[in-house]
Amino acid sequence: MKKLLNTLYVTSQGTYLSKDGECVVIRAENGQKKRFPVHVLDGIVCFGNVLCSPFLLGHCGEKGLALSFMTERGRYLAGVRGPQSGNVLLRREQYRQADDPVASADIARSVIAGKVVNSRAVLRRCLRDHGDRVDAGMLERAVCTLDECARRLQTPVSLDEARGMEGQAAGAYFAVFGQMVLQDEEAFSFDGRNRRPPLDAVNCLLSFVYTLLAHDVRSALEAVGLDPQVGFLHRDRPGRPGLALDVMEEFRSFMADRLVLSLINRGEVRARGFVTKESGAVFMDDDTRKTVLTAWQKRKQDEAMHPFLRERIPLGLAFHVQAQLIARSIRGDLDGYPPYYWK
Amino acid sequence: MDRTLPLSALQHYLYCPRQCALIHVEKVWAENRFTAEGRLLHLRADSGSAGRRGGVAEDRAVPIRSDRLGLYGVADVVEMRPGPDGREIPYPVEYKRGSPKVEDWDRAQLCAQAMCLEEMLGAVIRDGAIFYGKPRRRERVVFDTPLRSLVEQSCRDMHTMVETAQTPPATHGKRCRGCSLKGACMPKTGQDVERYLLKGLEP
Ligand code: SF4
Repeated sequence: MKKLLNTLYVTSQGTYLSKDGECVVIRAENGQKKRFPVHVLDGIVCFGNVLCSPFLLGHCGEKGLALSFMTERGRYLAGVRGPQSGNVLLRREQYRQADDPVASADIARSVIAGKVVNSRAVLRRCLRDHGDRVDAGMLERAVCTLDECARRLQTPVSLDEARGMEGQAAGAYFAVFGQMVLQDEEAFSFDGRNRRPPLDAVNCLLSFVYTLLAHDVRSALEAVGLDPQVGFLHRDRPGRPGLALDVMEEFRSFMADRLVLSLINRGEVRARGFVTKESGAVFMDDDTRKTVLTAWQKRKQDEAMHPFLRERIPLGLAFHVQAQLIARSIRGDLDGYPPYYWK
Repeated sequence: MDRTLPLSALQHYLYCPRQCALIHVEKVWAENRFTAEGRLLHLRADSGSAGRRGGVAEDRAVPIRSDRLGLYGVADVVEMRPGPDGREIPYPVEYKRGSPKVEDWDRAQLCAQAMCLEEMLGAVIRDGAIFYGKPRRRERVVFDTPLRSLVEQSCRDMHTMVETAQTPPATHGKRCRGCSLKGACMPKTGQDVERYLLKGLEP
């Protein structure tokens, strides 16, 4: 089994990354240097004005390290990837099935099943742990809607139905998401999803963590030789990483959303860590961003039983396992795609 | 054969055809402790150049190939032993980590090397040896007809498999335990995804 390696997040502006032998050298604007051996890393994410030498880019490509460039606020700009694992057969089969509405609907159904079951589990966990501090009736109604989706998913659905259910499940879940904020409720009030730019602190946190999740899922898909752009549930749209979005669905609630909630509820991020621009857009400050990055890194190290493999693995490796499982199901080794069910 | 595969592919094929397909059809590769150690041992065999060992001339890291078998690779060590007519006969020696559990795939691998050398040199090679790292000792291997047919048949089957890009399904067995591709192969996950899916959807 692959090992979970670290991702290097570079947030200091003006930093220059270069290669020295088998090491990444990080030189800060003030001249301070740090070194990391490449073999302990599986990716580098640069935020904002961070420069990389072409030799480092080439080395990362060769070693299969995913390198992403984001704006300071976490919008994806560009990625550098090495030679793909070269499985043209797998990609061809992926495209074939993406063109086939029946095959696509099968995978879409699994993806939505993962989303529905995991969102429901997050709501239930909240009811169990904080039933007295939330509007339990509201949460229970949302659980009912998700139950209904789960029931409909017990038999095959069409692609349109799957897409409709995606909207319905997200709607029910985000309608009560604000209920799960238990700390500093005024500053972290939540009134539905908004993005580009986020208009409140919770949306700002969610968008940022989704970016981190997207980087990891995308590089896991590329590592097994799949094309992250061509999805099944998410239709092709230029510039949209359809398959990465598909696989992200099952991870959003328990990996990203719960992380955001626990950062707020444990007081690890605070209202003053956010600034509101005149346009109404909300951004986090550097310290808050670092807190989120550290928490994400830590979250990936948490181990859990993989429900399909029945093996304990770190959550960060689950992205890779799911990529592997989707590749195996596309190649016909498995009679379907088993999503990661979080319990 | 219009396409050649590395000698190691044959060894993978004999160990488990799916393992060979994962590497040469699916292009999956994973390194674990065993393959890493195996490589180190080979590096040591590779490091020397031609020399003498107890009066026998030997050549190391000898590039070999056979168009008939569609194989290419490197023989660890080829000793040149004097034959009855005074001409030297190549004697291939393969280095293996681990203990002398002479399995068919080890023997066939060495036999394939000998068949490459025969094709290149126009010689007849009757035997060779496998050197095991633990304990350090040699096992003689005779290249008899059944072993040669095994090599030929396996090469044909392997090339067909790779040419037609057919990855055989996994059959979980004892050999999976030491397999470096277990993570990618997932030999235990069968065809029960629908049941798994439904179980998770229960209320
Ligand atoms: S895990 Fe088992 S079935 Fe899969 S490639 Fe290895 S030996 Fe073959």
